[in-house]
Amino acid sequence: MEKILLPDIKNLHQIDVYIQNGGYEAVKKAYKRTPDEVIDEVKRSGLRGRGGAAFLTGLKWSFMPKNTDKPKYLCVNGDESEPGSFKDRQIFEFNPHALIEGITIACYAIQAKAAYVYIRGEYHNWIQMLQKALDDAYARGFVGEKMPETLGGSFSCNIYIHKGAGAYVCGEESSLMNSIEGKRGYPRVKPPFPAQFGLWGCPTTINNVETISNVPTIINKGWEWFSKIGEPRHPGTLLFGVSGHVNKPGVYELPSGVLLTDLIYKYAGGVPGNKKIKCVIPGGSSMPPLRGDQLEGVKMDAESLKAAGSAIGTGGVMVMDEDTDLVRVLARIAKFYKHESCGQCTPCREGTGWMLKTLNRIARGEGTSSDLDLLTDVAKNIEGNTICALGDAAAWPVKFFIQRFREEFEKAVKPEVSIPVANKIHSMRNTAVPLAEIKK
Amino acid sequence: MLTEEEKHEIEEEFKLYPYKSAAAIEALKVVQKHRRWVSDESIKDIAQLLGITPDELDSVATFYNLIYRKPVGRNVIHICNSVSCWVMGYESVLKHLIDHLGITYGQTSSDGRFTLLPVQCLGTCDHAPALMINGDLYRDLTPDIINSILEKYQ
Repeated sequence: MEKILLPDIKNLHQIDVYIQNGGYEAVKKAYKRTPDEVIDEVKRSGLRGRGGAAFLTGLKWSFMPKNTDKPKYLCVNGDESEPGSFKDRQIFEFNPHALIEGITIACYAIQAKAAYVYIRGEYHNWIQMLQKALDDAYARGFVGEKMPETLGGSFSCNIYIHKGAGAYVCGEESSLMNSIEGKRGYPRVKPPFPAQFGLWGCPTTINNVETISNVPTIINKGWEWFSKIGEPRHPGTLLFGVSGHVNKPGVYELPSGVLLTDLIYKYAGGVPGNKKIKCVIPGGSSMPPLRGDQLEGVKMDAESLKAAGSAIGTGGVMVMDEDTDLVRVLARIAKFYKHESCGQCTPCREGTGWMLKTLNRIARGEGTSSDLDLLTDVAKNIEGNTICALGDAAAWPVKFFIQRFREEFEKAVKPEVSIPVANKIHSMRNTAVPLAEIKK
Repeated sequence: MLTEEEKHEIEEEFKLYPYKSAAAIEALKVVQKHRRWVSDESIKDIAQLLGITPDELDSVATFYNLIYRKPVGRNVIHICNSVSCWVMGYESVLKHLIDHLGITYGQTSSDGRFTLLPVQCLGTCDHAPALMINGDLYRDLTPDIINSILEKYQ
């Protein structure tokens, strides 16, 4: 299988090696066409966003207004903060020029004069790697004022790296724009959508790093070639980050629609000690988990995973073997969302705290069966009731872990004792009849 | 007062944006690089340079995990406490750090050498568990290699 994003070419991150392998030819081709023709090519390829929502990239580009006096912007989302996701990192390290070339093509297509690549602050090393590649691209005239001389045509654009400082929510597109503007990373209410009112109130498109890095190949080889790779409804290769209980964790580039079991056993080397799999989270920590006994035949693309009761998310696959304590796993996930909730919406701010407290109580062995219903209830009250998808991301794991691993959670809690006294507080006093006796 | 060097470094960041205020995060990082943390006084000075109010800047400073609004030690350890690291043995690494340094989350060792903080995923789940000291990443950790890593930071 041919790899698009992470081909086996040594030192591809160096600009000379990238050029020797046909680099920066796609942008020249693209600039000979009209922006609309470029958008059309990407639209027909069926390329879908790799950041979680799997929205059609060409369609997103076509939302950008044509007649406007305002500057337009492209934001490239490299915030990659979802636990279990570590794919964009590989592009910064091994193929940064594909990203840079993709940005110059995308900027032309939507007629943006400036692009901001948002990289999470924790990625010190990878920020430096991309900065080095960007400096080289500027020096050779592939980015910046000298572009018309180097690439033909009259278009030019600038690319800037904006470094975050540790906030998961900044991966949400409107929060990302606020963060670039120098504000708190609060998500914005939509509509208005970014194509109308984005960065500094100007028309803006936000694409994931992996999405944009596919664009040069689509231009070079044509939409038809790309659309035939993998699953037709979600074509192309995907970067799968496999972590947890596997022998060979890492990032694997494979056609969409690859079997989840192949990904785990054939590519990631199976489970250490040949243990059984209890649980797999297929797309980053916010996606609904799958049971180990329900993995057969599950394909890794947006539509197939939806049918299997989960979602592709960012392709971050987390594998947990039979000895994993899922109550504590869920408590860990809940802790993450509580910490990273921005606090703007009450259901998320308060609900994530409640869910964590309840899960910690269960993990300590103090939970009762009504706590499981309470958790599900709180999750349902967060889902769909917040400005951004972080609320859903916090609610789904709780809702689906409990639903799909009910027996394990039931085992971790004590049965609820109905206490025949009016006041529960009274029942806890020393003078009250012990619970055990009431039960009799 | 910001030093000339700090001012210069912050003003370099202005070149990336149409508005100065967009350099807020980087400006905070510049000051933090020189002084290890961002004091109330620094907030006022940076805000003036950015043309925003100190309150606006403080709302940014307190939002992000990697900006320190309290003094920290000479070296800051960020240990990833997210799910993949937890599954792969985060707790034994954390226990070793706590026992060895005699501090827990949010504390600084009495000699001022280390501050210990959690971090919400370092994006290196395939090499879990992981931690970061002053921006240097250490992966595939086991408790027995922690001490030799800490030795590098005095």
